[in-house]
Amino acid sequence: MKSTTRDIVISAQQLTKKFGRFTAVDAISFDVYKGEIFGFLGANGAGKTTAMRMLSGLSAATSGRATVAGYDINTQPEQIKKTIGYMSQKFALYDDLKVWENIRLYAGIYGVPEKEIAPRTDRLLEQLGFENERNTMVKSLPLGWKQKLAFSVAIFHEPTVVFLDEPTGGVDPAARRNFWEMIYDAAARGITVFATTHYMDEAEYCDRVSIMVDGKIEALDSPVQLKQTYNARTMDEVFHQLARTSTRKAD
Amino acid sequence: MNQFLTFVQKEFYHIFRDRWTTIILLLLPVVMLILFGFMMTTEVKNTRVAIFDPSRDIATQGIINKFTTSEYFIVEGYIDHPREIEALFRKGRIGLVLVFSERFHENWMHTGEAQVQLIADGSDPNTASTLTMYATQLINAYRQESLDLPQTPLQLTPEIKLLYNPTLKGSYNFVPGVMGMILMLICAMMTSVSIAREKETGTMEVLLVSPMKSIQIIIAKVVPYFFISVINLTTVLVLSVFVLGMPVNGSLGLLIFISLIYIFVSLALGLLISSAVDRQMVALLISAMVLMLPVIMLSGMMFPVENLPGVLRWMSHVIPAKWYMIAVKKIMIEGLGFEAVAREFVILCSMAVLLITASVKRFKYRLE
Amino acid sequence: MIKYLIEKEFKQFFRNTFLPKVVVALPFFAVLIFPLVANFDVGHINLSIVDNDKSPYSAQLIQKVASSGYFSITDVSAGYAAALKSIENNTADAILEIPGRMEATLVREGTAKVLISANTVNGMKGGLGSAYLSSIVADFNAHIRSELMQVKSGRAVPALNIVPMYKFNPRLVYKVYMIPAIMIMILAVVGGFLPALNIVSEKESGTIEQMNVTPVSKFQFIVAKLIPYWVAGFVVLTISFLAAWVFYGLLPVGSFVTLYFFTSLFILAISGFGLVISNYAATIQQAIFMIFFFIITFIFMSGLYTPVASMPLWAQQLSIISPLKYIIMVFRLVYLKGSTLPDLAVPFAALSGFAVFFNGWAILSYRKKN
Repeated sequence: MKSTTRDIVISAQQLTKKFGRFTAVDAISFDVYKGEIFGFLGANGAGKTTAMRMLSGLSAATSGRATVAGYDINTQPEQIKKTIGYMSQKFALYDDLKVWENIRLYAGIYGVPEKEIAPRTDRLLEQLGFENERNTMVKSLPLGWKQKLAFSVAIFHEPTVVFLDEPTGGVDPAARRNFWEMIYDAAARGITVFATTHYMDEAEYCDRVSIMVDGKIEALDSPVQLKQTYNARTMDEVFHQLARTSTRKAD
Repeated sequence: MNQFLTFVQKEFYHIFRDRWTTIILLLLPVVMLILFGFMMTTEVKNTRVAIFDPSRDIATQGIINKFTTSEYFIVEGYIDHPREIEALFRKGRIGLVLVFSERFHENWMHTGEAQVQLIADGSDPNTASTLTMYATQLINAYRQESLDLPQTPLQLTPEIKLLYNPTLKGSYNFVPGVMGMILMLICAMMTSVSIAREKETGTMEVLLVSPMKSIQIIIAKVVPYFFISVINLTTVLVLSVFVLGMPVNGSLGLLIFISLIYIFVSLALGLLISSAVDRQMVALLISAMVLMLPVIMLSGMMFPVENLPGVLRWMSHVIPAKWYMIAVKKIMIEGLGFEAVAREFVILCSMAVLLITASVKRFKYRLE
Repeated sequence: MIKYLIEKEFKQFFRNTFLPKVVVALPFFAVLIFPLVANFDVGHINLSIVDNDKSPYSAQLIQKVASSGYFSITDVSAGYAAALKSIENNTADAILEIPGRMEATLVREGTAKVLISANTVNGMKGGLGSAYLSSIVADFNAHIRSELMQVKSGRAVPALNIVPMYKFNPRLVYKVYMIPAIMIMILAVVGGFLPALNIVSEKESGTIEQMNVTPVSKFQFIVAKLIPYWVAGFVVLTISFLAAWVFYGLLPVGSFVTLYFFTSLFILAISGFGLVISNYAATIQQAIFMIFFFIITFIFMSGLYTPVASMPLWAQQLSIISPLKYIIMVFRLVYLKGSTLPDLAVPFAALSGFAVFFNGWAILSYRKKN
């Protein structure tokens, strides 16, 4: 399944971001393939959020280049934005809008035709089992539901890639398992998933993971391979072996 | 205690690391004082005057010369027809038009029937009435001089003594108001918004589960604003004395003492608001609606309290800034002692006690 | 897709428990109450009288003062010290002291003094009070003199007939002057500062970042944000017009079209300014302070309370940076004098300049990427 002959969706070469004299992301290079669940791991302050912000067009690269869905991040950020979905640790859903209104807003923004929005909203609510929450204000949903909704909204327009920044922060393990099932479904539909996380058990769910230390990618392989290479029983151990070399303080 | 101090330190960091807020907090009083001190002058100067003069004789020329040399007026020029007056006023440049009757000097000398019309732009009533008063004085002075009237008999001469503010500086009236407003702004608005902010971001809960007592948390939040208020009080006083030339005729100690009481009242108000709201925007709007607006509108800072209609005048009694300003004027400008401000002192003290009790009670209730 | 954004803004606007009420209630109450408060009429001056003479002349003088309409005689004190106490207690604003044997001195020596003391902490009130009193004394002089002249000879002193006339506001009503300016204040808040705070609050909650990864351009996002407030601005203005007419019978002499036209120019300028603030402020608290700072500065430089012409020269030069100055000027001119577009060329140029400047600055200072 993990053949390298598949289409490359994200490709980074020597991607670098400097803030003044501080190099947050230090010449990272990697490829992500279509339909893959790619885990982007690192301690706090390792530079993973910065890297992700560059890939999603939020932040300009200092040097190096990268393409997302075939578009160059430096010259075609607007095209990239049309083809990706994004979900951050802060919920970007509007608290004071109802569930269906949030879906309609983002669907509209991503150019889903007006006629399709309503039937697709119905289908989505049904899949989520949220039929009764259609008219609920987002602020009164439980946290786990909000995350599921945020993820569904992020992939509502069937993006090529979805970026997930710490998507499961703060929810209980059962809800996290539940959430990862949604991620598998999305990947099965051909959506590439690029997720940062610091839960090492979640890293096990990924097809491949990269581990960033001090702005550099120190390891990149499937969880099974990594455990073998580092002679570890869990991803947690792998991570700790690598993170030990860090000189950078968490922010 | 140590724990408490660390906590106060944290609050200071919050404020001072926020560069913009710090700058504005420290600069606001300076700018406001300078604006008020120099711009809020109600004296009418340099009004542009247009003249319609069909006579052009020595009398009209004499009167016009009076206007030219007066500091109140600038003679802009002549117009050819009274029809032009309307259009001139519509451009909003001219404040007054002098319209002389025909054969002015001749008629004046022979029939005593010469007429000069003062057409003022009445949009701003105070300016208009002041302008006509000045113009009348100038014309009368010319008449007196040109006729060389002997010292008329039976002259009752008024001897005018302008108490406290002989040069009629506007700042004497406004500075106490600015003090009342700035202290209220910083204490009440800042405190309530910053506490609401911690509630909004959820950090308040984290603090509350810490071993600190809730009352200590509240006090620690308040201390920095108290401190900044004292700095601002000092700035305002120093500037008003050395830049605006305000006197401190009464006791400085008394002035500071009553200011501190006022600061307590304001802080307590801020706490009371923040105990009731969870969002910054709401805290802001409430502070603006129930604190700032009344202070600006009803305290007598800008608009005379005695002109307020009944209900509003009654409402003005519950505004702490009003009493504070009265006290400041009495101490600073009129140089009166404690006895004269006893009433204001008692009112402010009762307000302080009442508000502090209420806000502490409410806070405890909310937190437990 | 901007349609969906505008839809969202309107939903949020109307769902807000506060905003729709503000838009309706604020202009209504402000136009109703503010003119009652912002009343600089130096109405009644409270006068304390010390009459040490108690002669027919002194009684006549007091009678003249009392009937002038400017003064309320609050007390007749026994001496200056007692009168000064009334000033210190704020029960009196001025003292008229008639010295003992005033009438006798006047008749014997042809001249006598009266003493006027005014509390000038409020410079305007004190100054006007003493000026009114002096002119009453002058009147009194003329009166007793003419009584005497008629007796002595018949020769008239050539008089000059000075006729004051107040255009546009013949009864010198203060409200008429303040109401147009109040409308502008509300407009500045609704059209400029509420949207700025709204943007900053999206910044704080992180939703703006979500918008940044969508295909929505900054321009679309901002325009969608401003539109409801522009609409609200016009609603506010219309309610203000109505309120001014219903409560005070005030209708503009000039045309509503001119007013609406300048309003759109002003809203464009002031919302541009709001955007500049929202770009620099990271938190609501910061934004509030910046807004407060600038709004106070702009208002005081605008001539709202005191005429720009009476400011010192440097302040007058500085006042050209206040957009409020020009729009308040326009509103007053159109409301009171019926000025038309050609008369208003200067404010038109100034406001257009502000609109270009602030919006240009807002675009330049916005960094979608960092």
